[in-house]
Formats: sequence, C-alpha cells, structure tokens
Amino acid sequence: MKDHFKVNTRTIVATGLGAAIFTLLFMYVKVPSPVPETSFQTAYGLSAFFATLFGPIAGALIAFIGHALSDALQYGSPWWSWVIASGVSGFIFGFAYKRTKVEEGEFKTRDIVTFNVIQAIGNVVAWVVVAPVLDILIYQEPVNLVFTQGITAAIMNTISAGVIGTLLLIAYAATRAKKGSLSKG
Amino acid sequence: MNAKMKLFSYNTADTPVHRLSGLTKLICFLLLTFAVMFSYDIRVIFAVMIFSVAILRLSQIRFSQIRAMIVYVLVFVVANAIISFFFSPEEGVKIYGSRHNIVNLYGGYKLTWEQIFYQITKFFKYFSVIPFGIIFLLTTNPSEFASSLNRIGVNYKAAFAVALTLRYFPDMQREYHDISQAQQARGLELSHKAKFADRFKNSLLILIPLIFLSLERVETISNAMDLRGFSKNDTRTWYTSRKFARADYVALAVSALITIGTVYVSVFVNHGRFYNPFV
Amino acid sequence: MDERVVIEFQDFSFQYFSQAEPTLNRINLKIYRGEKILIVGPSGSGKSTLGHCLNGLIPFAYKGDMRGSLKINGVETREQNIFKLSKMVGTVLQDTDAQFVGLTAGEDIAFALENDNVPTAEMRERVKKAAAMVDMQNLLGSSPFELSGGQKQRVSLAGVMIDDVDILLFDEPLANLDPATGKAAIEIIDELHKKSQKTIIIIEHRLEDALHRGIDRVILINDGRIIADKNPHDLVSSPLLTENGIREPLYVTALKYAGVKVASDMRPGHIATLQVDRAREALAAWYNAIPLERREYAKPSVLKMENVSFSYDGLRPVLNDINFDIREGEMVSIVGRNGAGKSTLSKLLCGFEKEDRGAIFYKGENIREKSIKERAEIIGLVMQNPNQMISKPMIRDEVALGLRLRNIPEEQITGRVEKALNICGLSPFKDWPISALSFGQKKRVTIASILALEPKILILDEPTAGQDFRHYTEIMEFLVEINKLDVTIILITHDMHLMLEYTPRAIVLSGGRMIADTTASMALTDSRVIEEANLKETSLFQLSRLSGIEGGARFVQGFIDYERRLKAR
Repeated sequence: MKDHFKVNTRTIVATGLGAAIFTLLFMYVKVPSPVPETSFQTAYGLSAFFATLFGPIAGALIAFIGHALSDALQYGSPWWSWVIASGVSGFIFGFAYKRTKVEEGEFKTRDIVTFNVIQAIGNVVAWVVVAPVLDILIYQEPVNLVFTQGITAAIMNTISAGVIGTLLLIAYAATRAKKGSLSKG
Repeated sequence: MNAKMKLFSYNTADTPVHRLSGLTKLICFLLLTFAVMFSYDIRVIFAVMIFSVAILRLSQIRFSQIRAMIVYVLVFVVANAIISFFFSPEEGVKIYGSRHNIVNLYGGYKLTWEQIFYQITKFFKYFSVIPFGIIFLLTTNPSEFASSLNRIGVNYKAAFAVALTLRYFPDMQREYHDISQAQQARGLELSHKAKFADRFKNSLLILIPLIFLSLERVETISNAMDLRGFSKNDTRTWYTSRKFARADYVALAVSALITIGTVYVSVFVNHGRFYNPFV
Repeated sequence: MDERVVIEFQDFSFQYFSQAEPTLNRINLKIYRGEKILIVGPSGSGKSTLGHCLNGLIPFAYKGDMRGSLKINGVETREQNIFKLSKMVGTVLQDTDAQFVGLTAGEDIAFALENDNVPTAEMRERVKKAAAMVDMQNLLGSSPFELSGGQKQRVSLAGVMIDDVDILLFDEPLANLDPATGKAAIEIIDELHKKSQKTIIIIEHRLEDALHRGIDRVILINDGRIIADKNPHDLVSSPLLTENGIREPLYVTALKYAGVKVASDMRPGHIATLQVDRAREALAAWYNAIPLERREYAKPSVLKMENVSFSYDGLRPVLNDINFDIREGEMVSIVGRNGAGKSTLSKLLCGFEKEDRGAIFYKGENIREKSIKERAEIIGLVMQNPNQMISKPMIRDEVALGLRLRNIPEEQITGRVEKALNICGLSPFKDWPISALSFGQKKRVTIASILALEPKILILDEPTAGQDFRHYTEIMEFLVEINKLDVTIILITHDMHLMLEYTPRAIVLSGGRMIADTTASMALTDSRVIEEANLKETSLFQLSRLSGIEGGARFVQGFIDYERRLKAR
C-alpha cells in the first residue's frame, strides 16, 4: 500500500504528459452517445489507464490539472466542484495500481473485473457524492438537480472509463507480452 | 495548425496588470474567485463585477480574444438557469422563506419573485467569476505559473507536473492531429456517420498510438530530468520567480479587502450567504 | 593511480534484468582528461548502454547485474548516486524535444540550477553566461516551438555546461539534425573542446559525419565488446568498420573501388587530412572507365503538381508555385530544411489540406474533389515513426485495418492481407503480436498496412531515421523491391546517403519554393542548393576536387552508377 503514494520523476512526468492528453481529450475527443446533445468523455478512460499504471497521486493530478486547464481554456475559469470531483475519481482509479497483472503482460477476466469495480467505485464516489455536495456547498445549487446531474455523470463516465480504460489496458498488456516465446508460423 | 502554436493567446502587452508577478495574480485570482463564489448577495456581486470589468479594460484585453469563452459561458449559464427552474422552482421560496407568486404555469409550476431573484443572482454570480479567470490566463506568462503554485504552498513536484503539462500540450495537439489524419487516410470515420458501437473503437485507433508514444516519451523525459538533478532536494528555486514590487502589495491588499468585505457583509449584514430583500 | 585517467572500465560487464545475455562484456577502457573520444557501433552493440553506465542511468534508473569496476574521477560509480554523477558527467541526449523540459530556452538552461536551489538572481547571471557559450543569449525567451533542432540542441548543451561538468557525453548528437546542422553541431563540440579542455565522448553510428572534426580515438563496439580502440586514420584503413556494420566514409569507399589500398599514412580519418597524391592516377583511371548512363523516363506521368500554392493562415505562404511531374515507377526524394514545406507538400498530396491555387493531377486527372479516404487508395502515406500508426496488437489485424474500415468482405480481406504481408516479407510472422517485432519489422508492418489498400504511390517520411547502416540498407532495399512492382515512391528525407544511393531524382524545397528538380548528384554538388536547403556537400565531391578531377557532379554520378552495378551483380 505504501508505494501507492511513492512519487518519483517518472510519476511526475507521466502526470504532466497524462494531464496534457487529458486536456486534449476533454476538449476535443468526445464520443457522441445515442442520446442527443450528450457525449462520453474519453478523457476518463485515459485517467483510469494512467492511474492503473502510475498510482493514485498521478491519477488524481492528471484529472485535476487536465479538467481545470480545459475548463480555463473553454470557460475562462474552472468549475471547481467538478474539477475536484475529477481529481477524486482519478485518485480512486489509482487503487487499481499494482492490483492487476497488466505490467506482466496479462489483463484477463479477473483483472478486468478488478479494474472495473475500482473505476466504478471511483466514478460513483466522485459524481454521486463529491460533485453534488460541493455544488451545494460552493454554489448552493438545488439538491435534486445536482444529484440528477451527478448520477448521469457517474453512469456516463463509468461506461467511458470502463470501455476505453479496459481496451487501453488490454492493448498495453499486449505490448508487454514476453518475447522469445514465439515461433515463426 | 502551425508549429508556433501557443497554449494561450497570452499577450505580452505592457500594462500594470501584466507587470504584476505571477504569484500576485494567482493569489488575487484565488481570493476574488472565493469572494464571488462565497457571496449570494447581488449587491456584492455587482460591485465585484464592475471592479473585474475595470481590470479587464486595464489589461487591454480585446473582446475578440474572449468572444468564444463568453459564448460558451452564456450557453452554460442559460442552460443551467432553465434546468434549475424545472428541477427546483421552489428553491427561491425555500431560501428566502417567503412567497410572492407572479403567475401559475403549466403542470403545477409557479413563478415567484423569490425564484426570479435567486436565479438572477446566480446568473450574475457565475458570470462574475469569468473575468478574473480570463485576466489571469491572458496576462500571466505560463512560465511563471508553476513557480507561483509552488510559492503558495503546492508541492514543487506537483507544480512541475503542471509546467510539463503546459510544455507538452502543444506537442500532444500536433501529434494527435497527425495521427488522426493518417488514420483517416486508412479509412477511419470520426463523425456521426459511424455506428455507435464503433465510435469507441474508432476513437481508440487514435488514442492508442498517441498514448503509447507518450509512454515512451515519459521514459526519455524522466531520464533527462534525473540526469539534471530533478527531485534531488526537498525544495527547488525557479528561474522565473519575480521579486514583489509595490504594485504587487497594492494588488494583494485590494483583493484581500474585497474578500474580507464580502465575508463581512455575509456575516454581519446578511447573517448568511444570501441577501434577502423580501423581509 | 594515474591522475590523468578520468574514466576507467576494468573487466566491466552489465546485463539488464530483462535480457538473457550481457549487453556489455568485459570492457577494459581508459579515457584520459581532455581527450575527445568517439564511440561507434551498430544498433544493439551496447554503445548506448556504455553511455548509460557513464552518466549513472545504469545502475540507478535501469536495473541489472553489474560486474567489474567502473571508476569516474577515481570513484566507483555504483557507490555514487545519479545526482553526484551528473555533476561530473553532463549528458546531451539525442531527443532534443525530450530533453527540453522548460517552457522557454532560459528556463531549460536553468533547470539543473533550479534543482540545486540556486537563488534566482545568481541563476539569471549564470544562464546568460552559459547561453553565450553556445550563442543563444538572444533567444532565452523563445519557446521550443520557435527554435530549430540545432538551436534546441544548443540549449541542451548550455543546460549541462552550466554545471561546469568535467566530462561531456553526447548520445547520438546527429540523429535528429539535417546535414548542415549536424555539421555545425560537430563544429560547436570541437570549439568547446578546444576552449574548455573538457573530456568529450560522442556516441554515434554516423562515422563520417562525426569525423568532420578531429577525434583523438575511436572506440568500435560490437556485441558488447570493444573491437577496436584506434586513432581515426588507423581505424578507417582497417576492414573492421565494414565487418562490424559501420559505414566507412564514402571517399574511402571510392578509393577502394579505384583499387587504391587505403593505409593510415594517407591520413584517411578525415577528408580534410586525406593525402591523395598516391591515389590520383588510380582514381582518374577508375572514373574514366565508368560508362555514362543515360536515363530517360518514357513512362507516363503519375503525379503532377501544377502551380500549387498553399498557406495555413492566408498570409504566410508555406508552398509557393510548386511544379513537378513524377512518372510511373520513379523513386524521388523531396529534400529541404525543417519548415521548407516538405510535410505540407505531403499533406496536400494526401488531401489533409487543400491547395489554395494550382492543381494536383493523378494520371492526368485533377484530384481536388477526392476525399482523404479516396486519395489513400491512390497515394499512401507512411509516417516516420511506425508507432504513430500502429493501433492493433496483432500484425494481421493491423494490416487488415484499412480494409475493414472500408467494409470490404472478410474473404477478400484475407487474400489482400496475405499478399501485402508476402510482399513485405512478414508472412512468417503474421500471427505474432506487433510488440515482439523490431523497429524495422514494425516499419514493414505499417508499409504492409498501407500497401493492402493497393496505392500506386507511396510517400514515406524519413523512412530510415535513427537506423544504423544494416537496418538502413534493409529498409531501403525493401523499398527498391516494392518500387519494382511499379509503385512510385516519394521519400521525404534529409539523409544524403539515401538520396545519392536510392533516388535518382531529388526535388529540393526551400522557404516554400522549389529551388531544384534534378539528379541527387547534381543537388549535392551545387553550392547554392546545398546552402539553401541546409544540405552538406558530399565528401565524394571533395575527393574529386582534391584529386583534380573536373566535373564533380559527374564524378559523384559515376560513383553511384558503379556502385549500383556492383550491387546488381
């Protein structure tokens, strides 16, 4: 558990680059959903992926910095309650760090389940608890409104982190496949 | 998209606002943002808003630079106002503890003065945050950002991660663009024309090369940083930090006064975050 | 102990934990204070690993089994840490974009000082001084996007010099630079060496370019062992270079073709020191015996640009009135410095951008209205780094991707994928994961994935960047094979060997204009073109001048024709 929070240069660089990609995806790369005017944020798939490889600190900072920066670029100012919630989601995603065998080149059913349980918990905590509560505390938004928004966000982001994150991790595991065990067919 | 892409349209005009140190601007931004986020008193909000627009003029920021943001925010605030009303038409009544009906609408919805007052206050409250963010973004040299964060107490490693984000964002943007074009040539369809089930898979055709290339870069960049002693000590200094001048102290004092004033009005005048004209 | 020794390897071996074999094997080497050393070796020889051992990335960042002793300034490296070592050995990495971590040049130069908690005021002074050493003092406020590759490298150099290290280590300093900038880089390193008397170690596989200025000793490494430790003249005269996959200088090859026995008393290490008196007659005789080839392309036009102009912002033209006509089955290179418009040109051809004026014709038909996807079936683009394109874990799926996205029936796909894999020599690997392939094989996969769409024209962006001689030859010979299948090949490159040896025709861009459309041998001997396009005169031309042979361009062409015939035999 202790090395979940260890931060070395590699973690910092991964955080910086991860946040840059998060910003880019958050602003430009959305997957349109079947419901009009809504779309899935691929960025949460990215933060879940990086958090699984680099731990909760990287996960939290990637989503926090990335969300704050893209809000600032688009709206001029971050919407703090949701930025913080993004950070919390990334932090919780980071608990998948070292809980799967992805670094050894394996990402099978068991690992997929572990990862998805963790990311679902992260999304529920962030969007059903943190974001609405902060919306009420900071902005005094109506209670039923913020919870409805939160539940929608939790569902959307769980799907996004689930699909994109899982597929990225499977692809990553494939690049870690052991060499030398192959023969020409 | 050309090679000289910069992250912000940060302009190097020479105004009193530009001359302030990045640290000052960061602190002022946070203080003033806190002030308008905290207060639900429309008089305070208006006062701060007038102040912020004055600073906006002082910074010589042109409307064309911020038009896109204003439109975005307008869409957001209007949408929020409509949804708020349908979700909670009685919010104003709840907050102000009185009811002045104007008209009965369909489906049992009633329009009250309290609700209108609440929503107007909220509308301006959200709008008034924006100028500070814009001023901060457009007048602060991105180079000063990380050092300022570090000096208000953010761990320097986290602050440096922010610097790296700003440094490599344009690279990522270009890389994304190039990969996306190459994959489109192979036949990738990014628009709504693709079937829903394929859309996630299609986005991965760009994400996978982009992300895996970045992971390789993480390796080389962290080697380069280790070789020049990053994270050797518990603190670090910054090439871009600036000494405070008198203007910095003045700006900080003004911002602090506004913030304290806001809190004072809430605590001692309104006895709460809301100003209640209905009593 | 000898005071003058700064680096000493004794029976030193290193094996990465992930590898089955040691990468460095019983290395014994002494480097003396103030020496200038060149370390050469093919890819995978262990030369980069040797560099990692010097700067401390081994054992502190890359783990493995380390045996024997490596002392720097008399102390064992394993008893130090990476920070202490970085105060003795300054490293300039080959990837200048990765090393440039600051938002501006000034910040990047200051990076090491910031980490040492040097006060800001002192830091500013020292940055100014370090920047002045590499002539960058006026660009301290520039962002990396405003600087050229050569300028970024100078920033990196200032960034390590600022710490006043004793030893400077350059890891493949020429890899990402165009020929003229590479030449300038070698000159800067040389002047720095003369001024500062620091110990300098350059790791490179481009021997001829690295020998542009004086070198005390060249260490040749292969298979983790030191093969030779000689002065440049002795090494170049020995057969060891070619035996170990390092390309010898072109002028040496020419001398050998002429039947001259190259010996160290001719001082052949550098073209500048070469004594040709003894070889003059043989060279002239050889050259005069080469029959002049006449090449005429009678084939029909496949790709034509007519008065094409383009600008991204409507103000600054990036391409200005470009005209050329490429014929079926040609192999052409497009050259020019960074920003000359080469990549924009390929974007126009692929339809990523649309020309503002003029027209592009494929077999006489204007293709303006063809979409990106439709153009890909005529003109395929292979990006520089295969990892920019690969998005599937399995080879077969990657090659099939373009066909699947076009909803071609699966039965047809299998056939076309097999065919493309066959052409690219990948059939034995078709069920392998891509991650198990080497860089060159990955490159073939991306080429196969483009060939599956059966384009008539293939554009390749720097296909051999960063490759050693063997891999370079492999990739290029493979492209020649594809070319024989009547696929027209356009190469965007600044590799001069590649131009000379493989593309009879070169289109040269400079500042968005086409300044030459001629043979590679003409382009590389025309001083105006060389200067405008940041190329470098080929040493063959210098050889012809040294030995008093008139008509340098013809001499160069003669060499190319001779070599081609030799290969064809």
